[in-house]
Amino acid sequence: MNISDILPLFIVVPIVSACLILLFGKFLKHSAGFIIFISSGLMIGLSVYARILLSSIPGKMVVAKIVGIAPYLSINMMLDGLSGFMLVIVNTAAFFTAIYSIGYIEKYNDKPKFFSLFSLMVCGLNGVIINGDIFNLFVFLEVASLASYSLVAFGIEAEELEASFKYAIMGSVASSFILLGIAFLYSMTSTLDMSGIASGLANGHYSGLAVLFAAVLFMAGFGLKAAIMPFHAWLPDAHSSAPASISAMLSGVLIKTLGVYTLSRIFFTVLNSGTGYLSVFMFLGAISIVIAGLLALSQMNFKRLLAYSSISQIGYIILGLGLGTPLGIFGGLFHLLNHSVFKPLLFLNAGALDYSAHTKDIEEAKGCGKAMTVTNKTNLIGALSISGIPPFSGFFSKLIIIIACVQARHLGYAFCAVIGSIFTLCALMKVRKIVFLSDAKEKSSAIKDIPWSMKFSMVCLAIMCVLGGLMLLPPMRVFIQDAVNVLLKV
Amino acid sequence: MSLYFLCFILFCVGLYGVLRKRSVVKIIIGIAIMSYSVNLFFVVLGYCKNARSPIDSANQVITSTVDPVPQAIVLTSIIIGLGVMLLLIAIAGKLYSKYGTFDITKMKKLKG
Repeated sequence: MNISDILPLFIVVPIVSACLILLFGKFLKHSAGFIIFISSGLMIGLSVYARILLSSIPGKMVVAKIVGIAPYLSINMMLDGLSGFMLVIVNTAAFFTAIYSIGYIEKYNDKPKFFSLFSLMVCGLNGVIINGDIFNLFVFLEVASLASYSLVAFGIEAEELEASFKYAIMGSVASSFILLGIAFLYSMTSTLDMSGIASGLANGHYSGLAVLFAAVLFMAGFGLKAAIMPFHAWLPDAHSSAPASISAMLSGVLIKTLGVYTLSRIFFTVLNSGTGYLSVFMFLGAISIVIAGLLALSQMNFKRLLAYSSISQIGYIILGLGLGTPLGIFGGLFHLLNHSVFKPLLFLNAGALDYSAHTKDIEEAKGCGKAMTVTNKTNLIGALSISGIPPFSGFFSKLIIIIACVQARHLGYAFCAVIGSIFTLCALMKVRKIVFLSDAKEKSSAIKDIPWSMKFSMVCLAIMCVLGGLMLLPPMRVFIQDAVNVLLKV
Repeated sequence: MSLYFLCFILFCVGLYGVLRKRSVVKIIIGIAIMSYSVNLFFVVLGYCKNARSPIDSANQVITSTVDPVPQAIVLTSIIIGLGVMLLLIAIAGKLYSKYGTFDITKMKKLKG
């Protein structure tokens, strides 16, 4: 199968499965879970296959033109090292959270609608990643955002609606900023193709002020979607109120795809970023690491604590990318990969605790985790990995980012990165001490056993956490190195 | 040139509504104003004096047309805006039935 024939499937398969789930889900009892299993399994296979095919192509870049009338009027889909990297990450996380949801979603009563929205969200994420056209990027960004607004409100309780409204308002403002920025770029270059805009901006004579204004609009818009520190207010509410598997998707891949991936794509490859933009990246990243780490320490709701920790980890990724050196970008992208494994794992643990003990509060769940063997062990691996303890994956990516900071003579930022890691360790160890290690207050017999599908996802993600460091070995390293090369334009 | 600035002022009016108003309904109206101002900005970008619509037809000599791409973009963007608006209104309705008010300062079950 030709690689340019595969690219549209990343958008078509999730849409078709969303429709099929709505059609059959009402009549056949287990069809929703079955269809989502097949389609997400197919997506993970296709993404790995496309990434392997990409290695054999000279230049490591494919452009597929869909419905082309004339070259400048066609819809471009593009696969390069960075998009291949993101596709594999998104579809892997989607596969495991979908399997987890099959057991977990028994709590809620409308299974088909949940899986249909989930599928649409995956469609939006894949669309953002493989589009080479800046307006289509915006369209798929809105598809993913709309699906996630409604998934956050899925329980229709007061808290969930409040969180969803806040998220939707912030998201709509961000979208307006992004669309205005696109209008500015279009007015300067008269094209919507990203490589066309890049070459137009490089060759033409435009006032630097207009490009700067567009850059500020993009920074605010995509920064809101990525929840970097001054723009973070919606994230703790939305991520702690959503169903656990959706929190895992939102924290694990959605903020990275809609925020970090788009930021790096626009600033590194379209706007030809200078050092000015990058120092803003570094500053915001360092603030996020320290302040969100501190805020996480004081939380007593498990999912809220994890949400603050997500902001802190996004800070590491932005700091690494903002360094602009090959090692810094490598560290940032490697941390992005690792974070999309251990953060879903921790959110799934929180969901399992909620499923068995019916609480998200740490004090109320005191001692409940002791009897849950699988959740307890996988949570230990996830907690050690996110705080950067040596044999696990988080250690290597944080170490690379810190070394890159020191090499670039930014000792203050390196210090922030070390401090942030200690805060994360403290916050996660507080949860482990109270929930998983202390003795239960009363009746531990009320604890319900969790279904096999939830156990399977957590165990698989935990194994990936342990083996994550192997990505640094030469044969696997190409996977990240190709993405770095796209951003460095070599 | 002044048209562009007027669009931008409209955008700022919408942003003011979102940031300063306390009623859920007024915030939603602010969002609507923001998205309309961006749509208007796109239409103004494609405008060209004494030009006709970009539709090809026989037996006519076409000298200049307006830029069709912004018009296509605006159509798509209006539809997306409609979807967001419907979702926001649905959530606002549910919020009213849960809290009994449209005042966002009284909706604070989530904090910390």
